[in-house]
Amino acid sequence: MLTKRIIACLDVVDGMVTKARKFQNNIEIRPAVDVISDLYEDGIDEVIFYDIKASTERRTIDLDTVRKVARRIFVPFTVGGGIRDLSDMIAVLGAGAEKISIDSMAVRNPEIISHGAREFGRQCMVVSMQVKRVNRSAAIPTGFEIAIDGARTFTGTDALDWAKRAVDLGAGELCVNSIDRDGTHAGFDIELMNMICDSVNVPVIASGGAGTTRHVAEVLKTEASAAIVSSMLYSPRLPRNFSCAEIKNFLVKEGIHVRPDSEISPPMN
Amino acid sequence: MWKIGIIDYRAGNSESVAAALAAINVPFEMVNSPEGFAAVDAIVMPGVGSAGATMDSLSELGLIAPMTEFVMQRRRPYLGICVGLQVVFARSEEGDATCLGWLPGTVRRFCETAVRVPQIGWNEVRKARDHPIFEGIESGCYVYFVNSYHALPEEDDVVVGTADYGGRSTAIIGKDNVWATQFHVEKSGPVGLRMLKNFAIESAKC
Repeated sequence: MLTKRIIACLDVVDGMVTKARKFQNNIEIRPAVDVISDLYEDGIDEVIFYDIKASTERRTIDLDTVRKVARRIFVPFTVGGGIRDLSDMIAVLGAGAEKISIDSMAVRNPEIISHGAREFGRQCMVVSMQVKRVNRSAAIPTGFEIAIDGARTFTGTDALDWAKRAVDLGAGELCVNSIDRDGTHAGFDIELMNMICDSVNVPVIASGGAGTTRHVAEVLKTEASAAIVSSMLYSPRLPRNFSCAEIKNFLVKEGIHVRPDSEISPPMN
Repeated sequence: MWKIGIIDYRAGNSESVAAALAAINVPFEMVNSPEGFAAVDAIVMPGVGSAGATMDSLSELGLIAPMTEFVMQRRRPYLGICVGLQVVFARSEEGDATCLGWLPGTVRRFCETAVRVPQIGWNEVRKARDHPIFEGIESGCYVYFVNSYHALPEEDDVVVGTADYGGRSTAIIGKDNVWATQFHVEKSGPVGLRMLKNFAIESAKC
């Protein structure tokens, strides 16, 4: 049986992992390669790496860090931020990433999804969406609107429409981030996750709001395939941090099927 | 010096496989031309994307005939990964592609009404029979899958391991020198690295 995944999503600036609260006031933590290696040893199922400056400052992605990470961890690894065209995708995949996450660029130029899917397969294309609760209107019938550019710009696009369109264009997975919950540690937006999961047939990664093991269990009891738990693992803003094993032990008690800790030590020689 | 060749073609993830082999101290070299096969003793065929696109890339690089000769005539060890498993069969429904045809069978899409497609994530592999790829690994191990299609071999005895995704699906095949995993050994943590190591150890005996 396919297990539910625990994913660490890291915001990286100049090779350092940072943690933001509602997309503002980034505080620097530690070198990304060290943080990711520790998470791998701790049993993380997957890592997403966002080069946030590459996206906002319109520069190319930090391939050197991508390469270093790819040599240190042997679980899937997705890279986002600053990917604008096929040549950026080729560079990122060539540096050792498994998947590409596109966000604002996909909204501006949806063709990038189909181009990527045609070239590398749908399984490579993760469309990440920033979703904000707004008043229901003719343009936003569900009351969930898509924002871009680090959640600073509102698009007037309904989140459900965009999710379906992204999948039609070739997204193999959706990462749905609630702007309202992002960095609050107050729990996932379950209504949003249910709405998206019920409307698409690709895996959905739930993002935004994880603060306790109970929050993670709650969202993984929906149809969501994976949960992003970044802050819980390392944010200095939380009263305490959790290990992957601790989170998974709680999920198992709640009857959620997860990948158990491997009892095999790596065969180095 | 004994070494493994990694088939290096466009849209393959040869770098990830190289990183995994480096981590377990297995010597390797990239193979991206027909001449490359002369320098290596076994090959790993990584794969992401579609079977059709993979076959096109292999064809453009002139690798199909020399790889078939290496594996099917010279009987050198082959480890296919993901699409590298699917292409050993005769046909894939994906883009109606003609594949290598080393083993009889086809590759079919998962049923969309039963499961989310693609399958992405860690699934449990059950041993269908004993095989050296499982050395030191228990049945019920967890490995990382990313696939929309799965292989239906005509000969049931080539299936070494299975996974459950809307029904039983082929996870590992093994027929003489041809081994392949539908999941990504290079991204399956210590279990995957151990399987790669098991392939290297068995290959070194040939």
